Amino acid sequence: MIDLKGYGPALLDGAVVTIELALLSLALAVILGLIGASAKLSKSRVAIGVATTYTTLIRGVPDLVMMLLFYYGGQVAVNNLSDYLYDAYGVDFFFQFDPFIAGVLTIGLIFGAYMAETFRGAFLAVENGQIEAARAYGFSRWRTFHRIIFPQMLRHALPGIGNNWQVLLKTTALVSIIGLTDMVRVAEEAAKAERMPFHFFIPVAFVYLSLTAVSELFIKWLTKRANVGVVQGS
Amino acid sequence: MPDFIAELLNRNDIFTASTIMEYWGGMVTTVQLVFLSLILGLVLAVPLAIMRTSKNPLINGPVWFYTYLFRGTPLLIQLYIIYYGLAQIHGIQQTFWWDIFREAFYPALLAFTLNTAAYTAEIIRGAIVATPSGEIEAAKAYGMSWAMRMRRIILPSAARRAVQAYSNEVIFMLHSSAIASVVTLVDLTGAARNIYSRFYAPFDAFIFVALLYMALTFLLVFAFRKLENYLLQHQRPVSG
Repeated sequence: MIDLKGYGPALLDGAVVTIELALLSLALAVILGLIGASAKLSKSRVAIGVATTYTTLIRGVPDLVMMLLFYYGGQVAVNNLSDYLYDAYGVDFFFQFDPFIAGVLTIGLIFGAYMAETFRGAFLAVENGQIEAARAYGFSRWRTFHRIIFPQMLRHALPGIGNNWQVLLKTTALVSIIGLTDMVRVAEEAAKAERMPFHFFIPVAFVYLSLTAVSELFIKWLTKRANVGVVQGS
Repeated sequence: MPDFIAELLNRNDIFTASTIMEYWGGMVTTVQLVFLSLILGLVLAVPLAIMRTSKNPLINGPVWFYTYLFRGTPLLIQLYIIYYGLAQIHGIQQTFWWDIFREAFYPALLAFTLNTAAYTAEIIRGAIVATPSGEIEAAKAYGMSWAMRMRRIILPSAARRAVQAYSNEVIFMLHSSAIASVVTLVDLTGAARNIYSRFYAPFDAFIFVALLYMALTFLLVFAFRKLENYLLQHQRPVSG
């Protein structure tokens, strides 16, 4: 079908890598975001301080710089650790820090900070009376969280999660710079080899466009589901 | 540079006077690139936003398509298409354009400008659409023409509503500009990458540059807070 001078299959593999990377980073970001939001809303000063430092640091530094730091720095850190372990305990431990791991860690960490802000707002939007009612019914803290707060919070968080996801998807393109063979990398190599930039980059751009379009539809569907039973003013 | 600073720096292995100058050069490139693309992007975005609010599909359709394309694809792809693509345009190498676009700075500037113009146009469109209808009615009642209404009422009012979102876009642009280093441009990130590869010291090279970006970011945040206070002066509560 679309052979693209024989690069078609490689581009398709690259697209799969991009999607895997995006989904894994999203999972990490959601987990970090929930932790960050809980820390920001807790009463512990230390937790608030750590969470605030985290979100502030992330906002001040470009994604690419952070990615380069994690990728190149991560390998040096792992090497130092393995040297230390070998010298001190004779443990032979080595771990190759690959671009995929660096990418998931960086993107997850960056979007975790944005998600923390989204979730914080969403948690605050849940009426206090709901939580008090749950406590009055003798719900444990965990049960209150997962039966009462979480489902109601999700409704408020979905638009924010959707926006973050759309940005995250486009950020995955950066991982090609540290050498992951995602579709951008394949397209770049093909474009250089064949001297036909438009021929390879425009299809890749359309893959991104269709991914964002599909996710937009999916988020719309999710929002509709999350808002079932909510009377909305027109 | 004063001698004592140079001497202090020379005792350091990595942050010698010459690497500091390299970072400084990178900072100048980054600031130029971001500043120019933001200014040009804003100049493009205002008419685009006005066109985007038009009811005529022939006027708002193309602008919608443009913003959809540029907001839906990664900036890196746009940069690659422009950087590699311009050289492939048939015959460009014989025209004066080639003297301009042969340097990596200008393709990068073009890509960043088009990208930020798309985002900014949507921000301004949102602000224009949210203009209270009473303001427009009042302007019409005073007999203002469309152009005068736009210039005196709608755009200033929209600017106040847009400044918050626009400050995010500016910071986003500063951070995105880091990818200019992949097309051989030595901006801040490019300088950090060079220094990293020379000393194989990832932590020193990248953490230092991260701090520089952070300083620039907070400077921008501060400046925009001042601007916001100025623009929203009339809405401040009287007490306090």
